[in-house]
Amino acid sequence: MGKETAGTEKGTSLWKDAWRRLRKNRLAVDAAVVLACMVVLAIATPWITPYSYEAQDLELGAAKPGAPHWLGTDRLGRDLLTRILYGGRVSLMVGFAATAVSLLVGVLYGAIAGFLGGRIDSVMMRTVDILYTLPFTLFVIILMVFFGRNIVLLFVAIGAVQWLTMARIVRAQVMSLTQKEFVEATIAMGLTRRRILLKHLIPNALGPIIVYTTLTIPNVMLIEAFLSFLGLGVQPPMSSWGLLIKEGVETMEEYPWLLIFPSIALSITLFSLNFLGDGLRDALDPRVARD
Amino acid sequence: MAQFIFKRLLQFVPVLFIIATLTFFLIRLAPGGPFDAEKAVSPVARQRLEAYYNMNAPLYRQYIDYLAGLVHGDLGPSFKKESRTVNEWIALRFPVSLELGAYAILVALCLGLAAGVFASLRPNTLADYAPMSLAMVGICVPNFVLGPLLVLVFSLKLGWLPVSGWSGPADRLLPSLTLGAGYAAYIARLTRGGMLEVLAQDFIRTARAKGLSETRVVLRHALRGGLQPVVAFLGPAMAGLLSGSFVVETIFQVPGLGSEFVQAAFNRDYTMIMGTVLFYAALIMAFNLVADVAQAWLDPRLRHG
Repeated sequence: MGKETAGTEKGTSLWKDAWRRLRKNRLAVDAAVVLACMVVLAIATPWITPYSYEAQDLELGAAKPGAPHWLGTDRLGRDLLTRILYGGRVSLMVGFAATAVSLLVGVLYGAIAGFLGGRIDSVMMRTVDILYTLPFTLFVIILMVFFGRNIVLLFVAIGAVQWLTMARIVRAQVMSLTQKEFVEATIAMGLTRRRILLKHLIPNALGPIIVYTTLTIPNVMLIEAFLSFLGLGVQPPMSSWGLLIKEGVETMEEYPWLLIFPSIALSITLFSLNFLGDGLRDALDPRVARD
Repeated sequence: MAQFIFKRLLQFVPVLFIIATLTFFLIRLAPGGPFDAEKAVSPVARQRLEAYYNMNAPLYRQYIDYLAGLVHGDLGPSFKKESRTVNEWIALRFPVSLELGAYAILVALCLGLAAGVFASLRPNTLADYAPMSLAMVGICVPNFVLGPLLVLVFSLKLGWLPVSGWSGPADRLLPSLTLGAGYAAYIARLTRGGMLEVLAQDFIRTARAKGLSETRVVLRHALRGGLQPVVAFLGPAMAGLLSGSFVVETIFQVPGLGSEFVQAAFNRDYTMIMGTVLFYAALIMAFNLVADVAQAWLDPRLRHG
């Protein structure tokens, strides 16, 4: 029991240290605030927007940014700010959901491979190596074209692409943890493998998992935007940032604001996620030098 | 070294086999077929089409036949563009993608190395922060945003460059810049990191103590080690470059293999999809191999690992 308590105490102080380091990083804190605002806005969207994302006003057409429509309207007279907010809802949802898929698969796969070791581990990691050489963009395109463009498939397809690196990181962590005495202690105590894995190994590998998750979300959002841009992701009249950018590109000569505002929204979010991810990495793993 | 390369080349075979199998069954078991969209295909014509493309055989038979063709390097006839085989289509379209990719890498290396070395020489000053902030912008602005914005400014507003196409040299500029910008940013960050590490080492101090000029110290001594992370990055970057080229080719209407693949997927052109996937997979593996060899060449320690 003694060993286990010691492990827990060390964990708490690690988190406190990390929190202290993170707070000192101005950029990361700003990024976190921006992201928090985005998430709140995305959740509150249906209650705060006076317009609907699909209600058309063909007589109005594409209005410049101004009084009733702050960011203007598109060719069908739909309010752009509303569509950007709804788009953010979809883009963030895809970002979080697909990351969750990759997190679940990657963490379990990596932890099992690292914990069991030996032959099973080498087969599992060879598989990951092979999957790495797949041209994944092509596969996601095939999946989206052939199996219909629904949003659940979008989560799964993107998540399936993203779990490989997570599996590698978690495996390396778990492998080094299994050498530690507290794991020996749990084995000596006769705990089941499942319990050791879920209660002792994975929680101790949490730092790198959190960092890599934060860096996965922008990647995932980028893939969603890329697919929607090609017409393979979110379908109209629904809105997502990739889709809005695609629509904006089509009419950018006459109505440049339709391209510019969605682009800004996407870029700011990607910026914030990357800065927060970098900050978390510095805070949680001070040994890793910044590149 | 030769043995290492040979071993790695041998690994290509099972991997390509797995990819071929995966792709084959994925697209064949999916709903829809290549002849669905065509209007007024009479049952007789349809039967003839299916016979021509070997589609009336049982699925496992088609699979074996496809693999047999593959062993001979034959990717089969295109379902939708009957005039040419898939091999011919790839031979026709890929050089365009390759050219675009080569320019993009050139842009990325020139901008990225220059910015990275420049920033590393005066760390934590304005000369460091300015190019590195720009690099962060480059990483966070996706190419399908950057491309249209460049077109908006340089083609539509200023009228300096063509909007799209792939005929003259002026057509090459915007697509290459769009595709290369993100990689330039990564390379800048990696170069800066690598250089900072190398510049702090003893042999650099020795070189300076010998009285070498700063230019010589940086270019002859530091850069070779500082480039390590960049070379390691280039292998996977090639893979990313290929997928990035899908979007850039679509935006600028460049007749490359990327835009061709997107079309093939929409058309359910089975053989074209298979051929492109396998071709790209082989290409990615080859690039990774080249990157590993280049890394061993730059760092003698890796050669005897």
